[in-house]
Amino acid sequence: MFDDFFIRALIAGIGVAIVTGPLGCMVIWRRLSYFGDTLSHSALLGVTIAYSFSINISLSVFIVSGVIALLLLSLQKRTKLPGDALLGLLSHSTLAVGLVIIGLLTSIRFDLMGLLFGDILSVTIEDIFIIWLGGLIILGVLYFIWKSLFAATVNYDLAAAEGMKPDSSNFIFTILLAGVIAIAIKMIGVLLITGLLLIPAAMARNLSSNPHQMIALSVIGGILSVIIGLFSSLEFNTASGPSIIVAALVLFILSLLPFKRSSALQR
Amino acid sequence: MTENNISLVKLDNAGVYKSSKWLVRGVSFEISKGQIVTLIGPNGSGKTSTAKMILNIFQTNEGIVKRNTEKVAYVPQKINIDWTLPLRVVDFMRLTNNISHAQIIESLTLTGVEKLLNNEIRNLSGGEFQRVLIARAIAKDPELLVLDEPVQGVDFNGEIALYNLIKNISDKLNCGILLISHDIHFVMSATDHVICLNGHICCSGTPSAVAKNPAYIKLFGEHTTSTLSLYEHHHDHSHTHDGSISR
Repeated sequence: MFDDFFIRALIAGIGVAIVTGPLGCMVIWRRLSYFGDTLSHSALLGVTIAYSFSINISLSVFIVSGVIALLLLSLQKRTKLPGDALLGLLSHSTLAVGLVIIGLLTSIRFDLMGLLFGDILSVTIEDIFIIWLGGLIILGVLYFIWKSLFAATVNYDLAAAEGMKPDSSNFIFTILLAGVIAIAIKMIGVLLITGLLLIPAAMARNLSSNPHQMIALSVIGGILSVIIGLFSSLEFNTASGPSIIVAALVLFILSLLPFKRSSALQR
Repeated sequence: MTENNISLVKLDNAGVYKSSKWLVRGVSFEISKGQIVTLIGPNGSGKTSTAKMILNIFQTNEGIVKRNTEKVAYVPQKINIDWTLPLRVVDFMRLTNNISHAQIIESLTLTGVEKLLNNEIRNLSGGEFQRVLIARAIAKDPELLVLDEPVQGVDFNGEIALYNLIKNISDKLNCGILLISHDIHFVMSATDHVICLNGHICCSGTPSAVAKNPAYIKLFGEHTTSTLSLYEHHHDHSHTHDGSISR
C-alpha cells in the first residue's frame, strides 16, 4: 500500500502543513485571505513561465507571486479602488492570463488539473528538499519578525509608535506568503492553497484561547488534514488538493461541535 | 543628570497634510522629563494628529519633530481586537516588550485590573480595557508617555484614581507625558503646560495663563474657568475591581 510516491507526498505534505499553520493564523488575523487567493492565482502564471523557460517551478512561482505581492502593496497605496475590488481584479486577471498562456503553449503538454488542484504523483525527492528547506527558511524569518508582525496585527499605530517597525515586517510577511505558495503549489494546486492556510487556522480559533495555542492547533490540524486527505486521495483516486481541503473542512466542522464549547466556558 | 530640563521631543512648526487637507499645522512645543503637557481642543482639532507626529506614526509634511528618546509608550484612543485573534491580557501586556510576569502584575495592580490577567481582551468592558492599556504603557517604564484620552469609558471614581495615577507616574518615573484630555478639571489642576489646539495652536502656557486667554474662553466658554481645582472623592475604604470593599 505504501508506494514510494505516497511516502514522498506524505513527507512533502506534512512539511507544507507545518509552514501553513503559523502563516495561516496570520492571514486570518490580518484579514488577508483574499490577498492570499490573489497570490496563489498568480502562481499559475509562475508555473507557465517555469515551463516556458525550463526553470524550477517553485522558484518561478516564488518570483512571480512575490512581484504580484509587491505590485499589490504599491497599488493599494496609489489607487482609489477599494481593497477587495483591487484584489479581485488582480486575482482573476492573473488566473486568466495564466490559463491563456497555457492555451498558447501548445508545444508543451500540461496536466492542467494537476496545476489547479494538486497532484501527489508528481512530488519528487527534489520537491521534498525544496519544501523542507524553503519551509525552514520561511519559519526562521517568520520567527525573527514575529514580535513586530504580531504587534502590527493587533494595532498598527501602537506598533509604529513603540518602535516595532511594522512596515518592514508587513513587507517581509508578504514575501513569506509568496514563499509558502511556491512550496505548496504541487501538493495543493493553485486554486486551493489559501484553503490550507485558512481552514486549519479557523478550526484552531474555535478551540484556543491564546495566540500560541491557536498556532499549535493550526499546525496539528494542517498535518492531520494532509494525512487524512492524502490517504483518501489514494483510496478514492481523487485529486490530492481537494481531498486535503475536504479533510480540513471536516476537522473544522468537528471543532464547532458543542462538546468542545464546554471546555471554552470552563476557562 | 540634571532633572526636568532634558528635552524628550521638540516640535518646530510641524504639520500633517492628509487627504488634501491640513490635519494640523504650525505646531511648536517641547516636552521635557517630568513634565505633563496637555493637548485640549474641540473634535477634529488635530490633537491625535499631533500625537501621531510625535510618535512617528505620521510623517510631518512641514516643520520638524525631533525626538530624543526611543523609550516611548502609547495609549491610543481606540483599539479594535479582531474576533479571530484570541488575545489575553497577559499576551497584550507583552506586545512590544519582554517584561517579567512580576512587572505585568505590578502594573495591572496599579490600574486595578490584576484579576483580568488571563481574560480575553475582547471580553473586557470599555473601562477595563482602558485600564489594561494604561497598565501596558506604564509597564514599559517609558521616558515619554503619550496618552490619548486614557480614561474614556472609565467610571467616575476610577477616572479620578487613574488621573492621580498618571500624575504619580510622571513624578515617580520622571517621564514626560503628553496627555490628550477633555477633562478640563484635571488639565487645569495637574498639568504643567496646556496647549489649546484648533487646527493650529490657539494658545498655550501654564493652565492659569491659558484659562485667562480669550482664545481659550472663546473655544471652551466662560464657565470652565471658574472651577480650577480637581474634585477629590475621599473614601475611608477602597473598592477592588469587582466592587467588593477592601481595607
